[in-house]
Amino acid sequence: MRALNHKLWRDLWHLRGQSMAIIAVMASGVACYLMFMSTLDSLLLSRDLYYNDNRFADIFVPIKRAPEAVARRLARIDGVDKVDTRVMAPLSIDIEGFHEPVVGTVTSIPDDGEALLNRLYLRAGRTIEAGRNDEIIISEAFAEAHDFRPGDSLHVIINGKRKRLRIVGTGGSPEFVHQLRPGGMFPDYERYGILWMGRTALSNAFDMQGAFNYAVLTLTRDANEQAVIDSIDDILKPYGGIGAFAREYQPSHRFLAQELEQLENLSGLFPIIFLGVAAFLLNVVVTRLVGTQREQIAALKAFGYSNLTVALHYLQMIMLIVLAGVLLGIIAGTWLGVMLSEIYVEYFRLPFLHFEMQPLRVIQSGLITFIAGLLGTLAAVRAAVRLKPAEAMRPESPAAYRTSFIEEIGLKHLLSAPSRMILRNLGHKPVKSLLTVLGIALAVGMLMTGRFQGDTINYMMDLHYGLSQRDDLAVGFVEPTTRSALTELQSLQGVEYGEPLRTVPARLRFEHREYRVYISAFEPGATIKRLVDSDLNIVELPRDGIVLNEYLAEEILGIKTGELLTVEILEGSMPIRRVPVAALIRQDLGVGAYMDLEALNRLMQEGDLISGAYLYIDDRYAQEIYQHLKERPRIVGSVIRTQEIESFHRTMDETMLFWTFVATLFSVVIAVGVVYNSARMTLTERSRELASLRVLGYTRGEISYILLGELALLTLAAMPPGLWFGRALCGYIATSIGNEMYRVPLVLEPATYAFAALVVLVAAAVSALLVRRRLDKLDLIEVLKTRE
Amino acid sequence: MTVTRTQTGDKEIVFNTRGITKVYQMGEVEVHALRGIDLELYGGEFVVLLGASGSGKSTLLNILGGLDVPTSGTVHYADHDLSTFRESVLTRYRREHVGFVFQFYNLIPSLTARENVALVTEISTNPLPPDEALKMVNLGDRADHFPAQMSGGEQQRVAIARAIAKRPDVLLCDEPTGALDIKTGIVVLEALARVNRELGTTTVVITHNVAIADMADRVIRLSDGRISGIEINSRKKLPAELSW
Ligand SMILES: Nc1ncnc2c1ncn2[C@@H]1O[C@H](COP(=O)(O)OP(=O)(O)O)[C@@H](O)[C@H]1O
Ligand SMILES: [Mg+2]
Repeated sequence: MRALNHKLWRDLWHLRGQSMAIIAVMASGVACYLMFMSTLDSLLLSRDLYYNDNRFADIFVPIKRAPEAVARRLARIDGVDKVDTRVMAPLSIDIEGFHEPVVGTVTSIPDDGEALLNRLYLRAGRTIEAGRNDEIIISEAFAEAHDFRPGDSLHVIINGKRKRLRIVGTGGSPEFVHQLRPGGMFPDYERYGILWMGRTALSNAFDMQGAFNYAVLTLTRDANEQAVIDSIDDILKPYGGIGAFAREYQPSHRFLAQELEQLENLSGLFPIIFLGVAAFLLNVVVTRLVGTQREQIAALKAFGYSNLTVALHYLQMIMLIVLAGVLLGIIAGTWLGVMLSEIYVEYFRLPFLHFEMQPLRVIQSGLITFIAGLLGTLAAVRAAVRLKPAEAMRPESPAAYRTSFIEEIGLKHLLSAPSRMILRNLGHKPVKSLLTVLGIALAVGMLMTGRFQGDTINYMMDLHYGLSQRDDLAVGFVEPTTRSALTELQSLQGVEYGEPLRTVPARLRFEHREYRVYISAFEPGATIKRLVDSDLNIVELPRDGIVLNEYLAEEILGIKTGELLTVEILEGSMPIRRVPVAALIRQDLGVGAYMDLEALNRLMQEGDLISGAYLYIDDRYAQEIYQHLKERPRIVGSVIRTQEIESFHRTMDETMLFWTFVATLFSVVIAVGVVYNSARMTLTERSRELASLRVLGYTRGEISYILLGELALLTLAAMPPGLWFGRALCGYIATSIGNEMYRVPLVLEPATYAFAALVVLVAAAVSALLVRRRLDKLDLIEVLKTRE
Repeated sequence: MTVTRTQTGDKEIVFNTRGITKVYQMGEVEVHALRGIDLELYGGEFVVLLGASGSGKSTLLNILGGLDVPTSGTVHYADHDLSTFRESVLTRYRREHVGFVFQFYNLIPSLTARENVALVTEISTNPLPPDEALKMVNLGDRADHFPAQMSGGEQQRVAIARAIAKRPDVLLCDEPTGALDIKTGIVVLEALARVNRELGTTTVVITHNVAIADMADRVIRLSDGRISGIEINSRKKLPAELSW
């Protein structure tokens, strides 16, 4: 069998260009799969390690104020393991040299030792010294955004009082992995800070001595979560409990879970495309190889080699290619996996990455690739086995051709003989031609996904901030107040126009489903904040009833226009009312519930109150206005629209860029793989014809036309289905990644279509040129000596 | 392109080779395919090249046809220097002056008979209409057939029609009947004779079949890369008269 092994390696060497193209496509598939899977596994592992190490709670219980003794009653509930209480408070932060308004949330930590649950992860500095009331720890992200170091200090306004605090450490906690201001859209580490303070110090500052306003707890293994939540709510009702909720609804955890789920949704799609293409390429190459080696196979069999030996010979070759593809894919996949994991760890703000490539994933990818390779080549290997030696010794009769469809419809006279050759060659192997078109089309489609995110996000931002959320500045008050607060704001120099706003936290219930949101109420006819329907028409805010965005109504609550929604307000006298859903609106970012200001105030039974304002301001006076707002203790938060947009881009840009890079890289691999292979195949199949033409006096350029014309035609034919497929692929991505934070509309800029088409055309042209060089080396005499 | 013709008696010389050799370098080994050929071919004559396998016939024909160049010596076709290494010059020479017929036909399977001929007429300046070329080889009625639908002899006649359609000045045939049986071989040779007679094309036919030599004006024998003899037939036989 040594001789056969020599043949194996020689054949492989002879087919090295094509084998390498196939290996590259296979490796891309494996790499893509391993990249997604290792990222997913690593993120889950890192997150879970973080959660465990820092004892992330299972149940979260916000309340107005409860005496510390109540905690013991919570601990006695059946199914509760540990209970920890703390004080949490919103605050404004004043940073020297930073003019824009900054807000934050401060959470207490025990004066002595560590918290029982949701423990702090300390990145730098130290923890707070017992008894110190001017020390804080701040979140790492916030520290980075302002370049704070332990030893620096800042001013906060808490409960209307200004205090100077010294930063002693930076860190994080599992409950604030994703740091979003309540009601905010995107993390903004510059303008929203997470702080920790000693329990006594914070209780004193926030008038919570001997009490707590937030409990967290863990469950025993066999606990009934819902029963525990119900018991907690019963106990805390008299203390202004606004409803306990499970980890599943904890904002930071929920964000992480949803983003990871998206990653998982997408992880299967691309590897499947690659493996399909690789199987097809392998099929073409092996089929052709068996075809050209008919006589060799026949001779082998005539000498007494068994069918099995012949089959194994070709299978070995296929397996070698697959093996190389898998190995290369593992290397590339690990490298890309580390890169993507690091990007995500940064994006999610996990404190550390525990990268792992699970052996199971590697085995999975190898197995799938082997199966794809086998499926692709089964028919060719079977043909080799079935070949009867006597039959194969006779030359294959010339292939039967037909006139092409285009000629039949009467365009024949328009075509030169070389052009007819092109058309008939394509028609001669329609399946192969079609699959080649399909392969190139897949590359075009994949390329589009690389830029889709950017297109759609720009569109979403334009829509949200251009059409709907048009304020320059949104101001929030500490407590609901009268309209005079707005008049006062409007009287500031530089404030051009303002509209009142009231937001209240609420729990919406329909049937067995419920969801917590902030209901925003404003005046009908408002022009700063507007609602739009699915056709992007402005929706007039109805006088009665509640307006929900489509995602909240349809996907979360399952409610239709006209049905009655139970609204439990989680503020003030906490009224519960049934309110009809008056209309549904389109809102791609976040979820939203809206009411007429008057209607909400009627529901609240609190008179004509507002809790904030949307303002148009003159940029020239922005600094003065910010300064003014900082000095008003009754104002807790202000959001500057342009900053919100910017912070969003900061969070998204890196992941987007990475994906564009990966998608482009992989698509080019596919395009080059398919076109190069197709060109090489055509070259082997046609070299005799082409050499004959050269003998007849055709120039190199003229015969290139026949070979490259065929490829050009296939590539061009792949453009319309490719662009269509790209759109469908992006559509699929759009539907599979929608979640509470955003729904992705299918928006593709013309530039994206052009980019995809152009990259594939260039890749095809380069592959074609590689093959074109071989045409110049055609041996004219050799071809005349041999029969086909 | 006008061809200046050198008169030698009543015949004009079209090919003129002086001392051509061809050495193939096979690794360490040198194969001497031609060892110095001096030869003149005249306009309109029908020449048969005879010789054993490996004697250098194909090598010589390929050099005459501009498919290959000699290692040393000179080849002229009229005023064209064929010893040049410039690929574009050789391509133009083939395109304008030469028709080839090969043992294995070398038709394009994806083109019909007429289109295989058109392949050549499309790149020449004053060609025969493809149908007329096919009629010359008695295949007027098979013009729309693909190679796969024709017998070997028919395919070879299509190859001849393709070779003559551009009205070449020379027709070079390398064992045109080598893959055919006697009967079909004769039909093919008749086609060649007719082209030579009616169009006056200088024709060179390679064969190892001595019988075919009887239909030539001149027979040139090659052995071991040298010309070993030249005979002039006083009377040319018709292909049908050849005794195989
Ligand atoms: N490409 C080549 N490389 C090496 N040797 C060659 C090549 N072509 C022909 N030869 C050698 O040159 C000699 C003459 O070949 P050829 O002209 O084909 O002979 P004929 O056509 O008379 O059978 C032979 O010995 C042959 O082996
Ligand atoms: Mg020969």
